[in-house]
Amino acid sequence: MREAADVELRAEVAELLFHEASLLDRGRLDEWLELYTDDATYWIPLQADQSDPLTTSSIVYDDRRLMEARVRQFQHPRAHARVPAPRTVHQVGNVRVLEVDGRDTRVGSTLVLVEYRRERQRVWGAVVEHRLRRTAHGLRIAAKRVDLVNSEAELDGIVCIF
Amino acid sequence: MNVRSIKALVQPDRVHRAVYTDPALFELELDRIFGRAWLVLGHESQVPDAGDFFTTRMGREPVIVTRHGDGSVRVLINRCAHRGARVCEVATGTTAEFVCAYHGWTYATDGRLSGLPLPDGYAQPASESVGGGLACVPRVEAYRGFLFASLAEHGPTLAEFLGPLRASFDDFVERAPEGEVELAGGVFKHAYHGNWKLVLENHNDTVHPAFVHASSIWAARQAPMAEGAYSEIGLRQMLQNGAPWDVWENTGLWVAGYGHSWMADYHDDSRLVAGLAHPAFAEYRAALERRLGREGATRALGDLRWNSIVYPNCSFMSQFRQLRIVHPIAVDRTVVYAYSFRLKGAPERMFRDTVAFSNVVNGTASPVLTDDLEVYERTQEGLRAHGSDWVFLGRGQGGDQPDREGALRGRTGTSEIHIRNQLAAWLEYMTAES
Repeated sequence: MREAADVELRAEVAELLFHEASLLDRGRLDEWLELYTDDATYWIPLQADQSDPLTTSSIVYDDRRLMEARVRQFQHPRAHARVPAPRTVHQVGNVRVLEVDGRDTRVGSTLVLVEYRRERQRVWGAVVEHRLRRTAHGLRIAAKRVDLVNSEAELDGIVCIF
Repeated sequence: MNVRSIKALVQPDRVHRAVYTDPALFELELDRIFGRAWLVLGHESQVPDAGDFFTTRMGREPVIVTRHGDGSVRVLINRCAHRGARVCEVATGTTAEFVCAYHGWTYATDGRLSGLPLPDGYAQPASESVGGGLACVPRVEAYRGFLFASLAEHGPTLAEFLGPLRASFDDFVERAPEGEVELAGGVFKHAYHGNWKLVLENHNDTVHPAFVHASSIWAARQAPMAEGAYSEIGLRQMLQNGAPWDVWENTGLWVAGYGHSWMADYHDDSRLVAGLAHPAFAEYRAALERRLGREGATRALGDLRWNSIVYPNCSFMSQFRQLRIVHPIAVDRTVVYAYSFRLKGAPERMFRDTVAFSNVVNGTASPVLTDDLEVYERTQEGLRAHGSDWVFLGRGQGGDQPDREGALRGRTGTSEIHIRNQLAAWLEYMTAES
């Protein structure tokens, strides 16, 4: 029984992660936002093994308001760094349920992101952790942490969502 | 390239595009500007104790900044005296010595050669043949805890070089209840495909925000503001970029010798300015008054500086505790390291605002900064075109007014006086005899 439930849960969370990746690759950012809870955070730490988003800077540390502002900005016709917008492929792999804790499920995955914009292609690699929550609207993302393998490198501006 | 042809590149209200695009001029800049000027390297809090070190660059020179056993700060060229390999590969740390990976040549924290294998294999002691050890940067000084060095043996003293810009560093430090700041919170390293001058020209350019940051201003205006929420600081700063023209026109913009400039009296958001409306402000102010007294604290908090630029390699925000060091990599490639500082003795909660501010102003994925980087790249691309050779910098020309301590003030805050002043300094460095 236990095993069947585990398989089912893994399939369910993997489906959500693949769906998120697909929305991002198709530029459907409003729908992407809808996957997140109202108190969600989207975090890309600056340092490897960074423990805290409030006393060390982050490449991104957005609460829900900043996530919405970011998406809104991306849709503005004079968001210069997104004119033209990057085209992306989010390849999500190694999906594993790490922990089930009440309503919340921690899910680990890896991300390989290929980004193309204006004659330049970049490849990103990241270890990702989602905290998913059961809500009245179904499974939603309460927190997402993206640890880029090159977060501490000298980086050109980043205008895609991981 | 002779002096006359260099002089022809900079005219009173315009500059030739070659200043941004010519690789030969870039090499000359590394010799004559980055090889002569005082460069900001960092802060003493990065090397508090003997053996502490960090690595950075001075133009094309990779350097190690160390705290030697006698308490002095040394700046060493990160290149083995034997066969040339870099001897230190990490960004920061603590060590008793630097050991070259290639043949084990070993150096003390003042650069002195302290060991090597098979020392008897040389006709005279090897250390004598290589000048004693790692090459040392000849001049190192600090001002209010900020570390500077110059690759030139001779030149103006640091105090002469900084001139009235010292007040911006004073402002930075005086805001701390304990009278000291410390570097904290990590370092952003953002890069762009463009000339190093573009970022320094942009920071005190008050006409650009309305256009470059139009999208983030617009997005922030739609956003619900939540008092005390993490997002509040970032959203408020995005909004501030959308200040009306009269605010920018009335902003103070000063320039001084050696290409320096600073902007003041611009920010009018009480939650951002000096943390006036911060929940922890009363506690902070009380701590500051214990050191400075009531009037002193009012004075320290009343100096509302925005960007101060130390030409040619640094731009900092004393009021917002941010400091950026500009590294020229190639004529069309620049890396900027952006650091945050903690006010010693201030309530810890205030540092959260510094981090939030840093993420939105200096973050590599910031909705604000990414548009600046994009415009630098478009500028660099445009300047490659041969259709027109000149960049026009005439805004506010002829309206500069003499001010205190030999500084000039732009007639309005939207003057391009700071860019003309940088290029005047550029010309002086590039055409000086030595």
